[in-house]
This record gives sequence, C-alpha cells and structure tokens, in this order.
Amino acid sequence: MSGAGDREPVFPTRQSLGAMKSKLKGAQTGHDLLKRKSEALTKRFREITRRIDEAKRKMGRVMQIAAFSLAEVTYAVGNSQIGYQITESVRQAKFRVRTRQENVSGVFLPQFESFQQEGVDSGFGMTGLGKGGQQVQKCRDTYTRAVETLVELASLQTAFVILDEVIKVVNRRVNAIEHVIIPRTENTIKYINSELDELDREEFFRLKKVKGVKERAAATEEEARKKQARRESDKENQQANGEDGETKNVLGDEGDEDVIF
Amino acid sequence: MAEGLFYNVSGGYVEGIVRGYRNQLLTSTSYNNLIQCESIDDVKLQLGPSYGDFLSTLPPNPSTSSLADKTLDKLVAEFRYVQANSTGSLAKFMDYLTYAYMIDNVALLITGTLHERDTRELLERCHPLGWFETMPVLCVATNVEELYNSVLIETPLAPYFKGSLSHQDLDELNIEIVRNTLYKNYLEDFYRFVNEEPGLKGTPTQEVMSEALMFEADRRSINITLNSFGTELSKQDRKKLYPNFGRLHPEGTLMLSRAEDVEGVRIAVDGVYDYKTMMDQTGMGGGSGGGGGGLGNQSGGIGAGDEGKSLEDLFYEREMEIAKLAFTYQFTHAIVYAWVKLREQEIRNITWIAECIAQNQKDRINNYISVF
Repeated sequence: MSGAGDREPVFPTRQSLGAMKSKLKGAQTGHDLLKRKSEALTKRFREITRRIDEAKRKMGRVMQIAAFSLAEVTYAVGNSQIGYQITESVRQAKFRVRTRQENVSGVFLPQFESFQQEGVDSGFGMTGLGKGGQQVQKCRDTYTRAVETLVELASLQTAFVILDEVIKVVNRRVNAIEHVIIPRTENTIKYINSELDELDREEFFRLKKVKGVKERAAATEEEARKKQARRESDKENQQANGEDGETKNVLGDEGDEDVIF
Repeated sequence: MAEGLFYNVSGGYVEGIVRGYRNQLLTSTSYNNLIQCESIDDVKLQLGPSYGDFLSTLPPNPSTSSLADKTLDKLVAEFRYVQANSTGSLAKFMDYLTYAYMIDNVALLITGTLHERDTRELLERCHPLGWFETMPVLCVATNVEELYNSVLIETPLAPYFKGSLSHQDLDELNIEIVRNTLYKNYLEDFYRFVNEEPGLKGTPTQEVMSEALMFEADRRSINITLNSFGTELSKQDRKKLYPNFGRLHPEGTLMLSRAEDVEGVRIAVDGVYDYKTMMDQTGMGGGSGGGGGGLGNQSGGIGAGDEGKSLEDLFYEREMEIAKLAFTYQFTHAIVYAWVKLREQEIRNITWIAECIAQNQKDRINNYISVF
C-alpha cells in the first residue's frame, strides 16, 4: 500500500511524518470551515434568488404602470416633445444611488441604495404647466418607484453574480481538499509509516545479523583459544618429542586478529 | 345676414372641404371596433378606411408613436391643402391656428439653445403644423441673445415676445413660463383678431371662436393654477400667465391668482357653472391635497373606471363639445378650428387605444373621447 496512490514527494522521515500529520489536521479543519462557509453562502444565495424572483415580478408590475402613466402623459399633453423638454430641463440628478458593502461570510457584496438628493430641484416642476402638468408629476412618481425597484434588483443581481462566483470557488476548494489534499496527505502518512516500519524491520534484522556474526566470531575465538591451549600442550609434548617445529609455524598463521564490528 | 350672401365667394370651397373632412372622423362605431383589437396590426387594419394611405408605409406591428406620427401626417397634409386654398381673412385665421404650434416649436428651440444642443436635430422634432419657412434660421443662433433677435425678426411670433419678454428673460425664466407667457399673448391676440378683424366682426365666426377661445383661456388659467401648486412659481408670476379674457376674467382669475390649494381653485371657479360641475365631477373639491391625490388616482383609476376621469379629461370633453357645436354654424371660419381640434383629439384617442392595446391595459381603454 505504501507506494500505491498519489503521495507527496517527501523523504520518509519522522520529521516529515510530523509535518504531514499537522498538515492533515489543518486540511480537515480548513475543510470543515470552508464547508460551513459554502453552506452559509448557499443559504444566502437561495435567499437572493428568491428575492430576485420577487423583485423581477414587482419590476414587471411597476414598469407596466410606469409605462402606462407615460402613455397618459402623452395623451394629456398631446405631443411627443414632452420627453425632450423634461430631459433638457433637468440639470442635476435628484434620484441617486449610493453603495455600501455587506459582509457575508467574508464575501463583500455591494448593496445599492437609492435616495432622493435633498435640495435638488427637479427642474421640470413646471413642465406641462398649461396642460398635462399633473400627469407629468404622476408619471414622475411612478417612474421614481420603478427606478427604486430597478436599483433594488440591480443590487440583488450583482450580489447574485458575485455570490455565484464565490460559491463556485469555495466549492472547488472544498472538493479539492476533500478529494485530493486529504487523501494525498493520508497516503503520504501511510507511506511514511510503512517506510518507517520497513526501516525498523531492516534495522532489527540487521542487528540480528550482527549479533549472529558476533556470536560466530565469539565461537571461532573460543575454538581458537581451545586450539591454542591444545597446541601449547602439544608444544610441551613436542618439546618433549623434539620434532614438531614445522607444524608449529603452520598453526601460528591462524593467530590473526579478530574482526571486531 | 350679409355674411351668408358673400361668405361662399371666398370661403365656400374650404368650408365644403372641411365639412367633408369632418365626416371622415372616426365615429363611436369605429372606436368600438378599435377597442376590440388585439394587436397594433389590427388597429392599423381598422384605421384603413380613413388613414389607409398614410399607414401603408408602416412596418408590421409599428410602435404607437410611429402610428401617431403617421396619423398626424394626415392632419398636416389636409391642413396644408386647406391653407393653400384659403384667402383673405380665412388665410389669416389659419395662420393664427398655426401660431399655437409655433410657440411650442420656438420654446423647444429655446430649450435646445439654452442647453447648447445642436438645434438642427430639433427641427425634426418640431410640430409640423408649427413649421414656418424661416424656422431653420433660428438654428443658426448660438446664444440666447442672437436667438431672441432672430425670433423677433424672422418669426410671426415677434409681437408676442415684444413687450413682455426680453432676451434676459429667456435666459433666466423657466422655459415653461416663457411658453405660457407667449401662449397668453397669443390667445389674447387671437381673441382680439376674431373680435376686431373687419371680415370677422359680427359674423358667426366671432361668436363661435370667442366661446372657444374663452374656454381655452379659462382652461389654461385653471390648469396653470392647479399645476403650479408645489412649484416655485410665485402668485404674481402666476397671475401674469392668465389670459386677460374668458368667462373667469376678471373676478375668477383674480381669485385663481390667490388660490393656494385645490379648494381655492374651486371657490374661484364657483361663479361659472360649467367649471363648477367639472370640479365637482373630479371630486377635487373634496379637500384632499393635489399632490397626495396623484398616487391614489393611479390605483383608484384602474379599479374604479369612470371615477378616474381627471379634470384634463373633462376639459378635453368640453373642448370637443364646443368643437362639435361649431359645425352647427355655417359661413364661419370656426369650423376649421373645430376640425383641427377634433382631429387632434382623434389622434390622441388612437394613440391612447394603441397604447392600451400594446401595453395590455384594456381596462382603461375606454378613456378616449368619442365625439360623433
């Protein structure tokens, strides 16, 4: 199992085992956190989708009313110049949009807020003074509401797009941690463990071997010593006999020093 | 009764033509057919008999505005024909009719010049009836003073500018005030014309046109008063915009100039039965503020059908009534005026119906005013 599967290119040492273990732990914590973030975002995302749906329906209704009130203006004023007159007489925007940021699980979502700038004269308050003025003002009111709905929808749509992107990224991270990083780290840990076991076994075997060699060496030494002892006793005998000089030299070659590990 | 003897010498042909045009106007039957339509194409088809030539160039499913433009084209073409055949006092009378549109056009050009737009682009937005030959000259002007001078030199509107507006006024005053001042001068001049012109004095024209113009003057006074609530238009300035004749003049207009709310307007018009009933019909005398009524009207108008009639609608109805009655007179220029007004209302009706169909708002389609 140790070599199979994907693993990180590390040396199987105890140190890297420790590093891997802390990495695994980090990955698991990160995975949990990211998963939670993704869930929070998804929850928010669903809510936004629902609100977009509502806002779009509302926009449909409001825009319809607004377009119709424009038709009323055209009817009351009786010519088509009114649009030009109005656009030309406006110098400053009264209806404005400001943005602020909302933090949803670390994601900054821009929120558009519409507000009426105080102290700005609409500039066409007197349009249609002769005829149709009331319709013009009414139309303006309905369109103001329509634009408010549009602003609301715009902020929802932007949040939708951003959240969509972020959720994708987070999910990709969650999946990457779950399916790649965690298995790989686990694999690496297994590999390191098995390698370390292997090393342990090798060491054990080697020690056994050394011990065997040492025992053998000790046995040989014992043998040699016994022989020595016998030879010495023989020597004594030969000295007595007087013809064993040559044999003594031959045996003397075995008197090498032992190899000591 | 001399007018009966000699009117036809100069105006008989034109009168005949205009009466023919009047018979071409859509009747309530045609309107009933129109409101049954499901699409703009159907509307186009229904309009075929009266507008066939002019609508034939429209692409399938045209926009309501292009439909309105084409219907206006027909009015313009017919008006031009009548104008070309008119002589003497009738020609002058028709010139007076075009002045109203000229005022709008000149106001448009002034707006363009004030905002330093290319006024040549505006020429095509101008109302074709208010077109005069020297109008492109106004586009040469690059600043307001030049424009003011060219207006004085080149346009028939010069008398309306002279004496009441200086070139500084064009710069400083709201364009709506300029427009309404001009319109006031125009109405007064027109009124003077129909009452003092030798060819018209003592003829039915004087009688009918006086009534129509007085109504127009009163309508403007009331509208200006109602629409000026909540704007920076001061009472003095407002008073200057009221024409100096009409059934409300002088007591009614004086009271209008002092009115501060809808109730004030109601009291001011109390002396004239017609306007009093109109105010009662719209329920505007109920004391509710004009501004707050806007939204309520919107929602209430859809649900409550007939109650949605605004004062403007009632004024239009009254105007149509006057125009319709004008045709009961003979030997008068007033029928040309009446015909133009009727045709304008018809164009508005068609646009309205087309809008309602295009926007699928059939429940308010009956707001048009059918005259015949």
